Amino acid sequence: MRSSLFLVICLIVGGAIFGAALALNNDYYFFAGYVVLQYVVLATAWNILGGYCGYVNFGSAAFFALGAYSTVAVHKLYPLPIPLLVIVGGIVSGIVGFGMGYLTLRLRGAFFAIATLALAVVLQTLIVNWDFVGGSRGAYIVRPEAIWPFGSYIKYLFVVMMLLAIGAITVARVIERSRLGYGFATIRDDELAAEASGVPTLRLKLIATTISGALMGMAGAPFPYYIGFLQPSSAFGLDYAVNSIAMPLIGGTTSWVGPLVGAVLLGSLQQLATVTISSAVNLLIVGLLLVGFVIVAPNGIIGLVQKFIGHRPVGQVGRRRIEADAKEHVP
Amino acid sequence: MVFSFDLLINAIISGILIGAFYAAVTAGVSLSFGILDIVNIAHPAFIILGSYIAYIVNVSLGLDPILVSILATPAFYVLGAGIYQIYYVSFEKRGQESLRGLAFFFGLLFITEVVLVLYFGVDYRYVEAPYIGPTWHFGFVDIPLRILVPSLVSLLMIAVLQLVLTRTFIGRAIMAVAQDQLALKLMAVDPIRIKRIAFGISIASASLAGAFLIVIQPVEPSVGREYIGRVFAICVLGGMGSLPGTVIAAMLVGIVESLTATFYGPSWAPAVSFGFLLLTLAVRPAGLLGR
Repeated sequence: MRSSLFLVICLIVGGAIFGAALALNNDYYFFAGYVVLQYVVLATAWNILGGYCGYVNFGSAAFFALGAYSTVAVHKLYPLPIPLLVIVGGIVSGIVGFGMGYLTLRLRGAFFAIATLALAVVLQTLIVNWDFVGGSRGAYIVRPEAIWPFGSYIKYLFVVMMLLAIGAITVARVIERSRLGYGFATIRDDELAAEASGVPTLRLKLIATTISGALMGMAGAPFPYYIGFLQPSSAFGLDYAVNSIAMPLIGGTTSWVGPLVGAVLLGSLQQLATVTISSAVNLLIVGLLLVGFVIVAPNGIIGLVQKFIGHRPVGQVGRRRIEADAKEHVP
Repeated sequence: MVFSFDLLINAIISGILIGAFYAAVTAGVSLSFGILDIVNIAHPAFIILGSYIAYIVNVSLGLDPILVSILATPAFYVLGAGIYQIYYVSFEKRGQESLRGLAFFFGLLFITEVVLVLYFGVDYRYVEAPYIGPTWHFGFVDIPLRILVPSLVSLLMIAVLQLVLTRTFIGRAIMAVAQDQLALKLMAVDPIRIKRIAFGISIASASLAGAFLIVIQPVEPSVGREYIGRVFAICVLGGMGSLPGTVIAAMLVGIVESLTATFYGPSWAPAVSFGFLLLTLAVRPAGLLGR
């Protein structure tokens, strides 16, 4: 399927979901839907680095918070419209992602993972000590009551996040089917062999960290408007870090479908559990599901479905194509 | 900021003492990450678990927290050996340790924390022991016993670990696993068994470190997260798996953190270890006493 066609289909589906939420005529669905869509962006972004390249980022919350806090900082100076804030948040997080990658990706993979863990702690320290954005007290962002033509402001935020989610999925799908994606897959499968065959692994990894970080920052940028009052502990919440890892791993890491499925399922489950049980218990559910899935079903839900249908796991598109090429060339 | 000699000396001494404790916290990671190449980011969670066990027994039976933690080491050893077995069968054997193995430990970290929150809430817990109140004064130098005692026991524990690693058959086999598994197999030693033992020891050390932690400061379930960056920074700085290197690195981090806290304010201290980590990775990835 062509990418432009894919984008159109995504937009139609997105529009249909928005219409359905409108028809239900209850703002709660927009509030809940916003969170799920936010997780779709985070999970997809994480998967570009984690699933395609095989490098684990534990600092999703840090990139997310960077986006959120760049919004707060810009808002203090001059209140820009949200789409511009999203771009600013993306640029800031992308630069930090690039810097982190540059320092750690030349070493073994585990160092990158550890450095991202530490990054979350340090950025939180910086934000707590930075009074301009509210420090440990937090910062208020007054959300306008209504905005034309959406009626309530949450509908507008929902649409922004929906477009971001569609954008993220499209980017992931394009990467997956491009030379870039094949390059990422070689890094995941055997980095040494890839390097030896002339794949510019460091450059590819830096591209992946930058795109992934930028998308996470973009997901965080509208967050202050959503929550109204931003505190370091809510922006750096552990639930972002764990969810953006758990969702792709539970859904399946090798294609864009996995994070989407994982985010929609887990995100909705958590919204349900938060309302019916408690928010601590729903985090426990996520943790248990994550551990259970990585042990029992390493290829996630997508892998299980494919096993059931009898297909090969996705993400081996490249291998399939190579095998097909090989067959053609056999006399 | 007025520079004060008293403050400086006090900060350095408390940094050395805290550093000895950091070394005990890191020793387990030096074993698992440094020697066995298992990126056990859940190690701080096991330390918090150790703290809570020391707390429960201390509150209900009034036993000394450090004694409790020594008594709890066999249980932690079994826990560690069990976790390694799961890790080996599910990830190492299938060659998936880099992505899913990491996620597995992250999940463990997370589950431990949430379960502790659900049972004990987010209140700070503390223990009672005769050495927790008093402070020794030497001129202008103050040494609180609640820090001195854990530091000394920490150093003792690391000395014992180092002796075990260099003098006993099992210890030497653990060092050998890091270098050449195949050679170890040819010597008729099962590398998986050795790794299981080593990982068990690593988790057992978390029991002690947990007791030290709750003696030094009150503990709540998410305290462990602050230690992740610190522990790995020290491990990398010390040279991945070298216990003497770990002690030196831990004291260095302890001193710099303590100086930062004294002269710039405690809210900046967490940034120190990260600075160390990035600096080490950028300048000398092999660490101070690298293999």
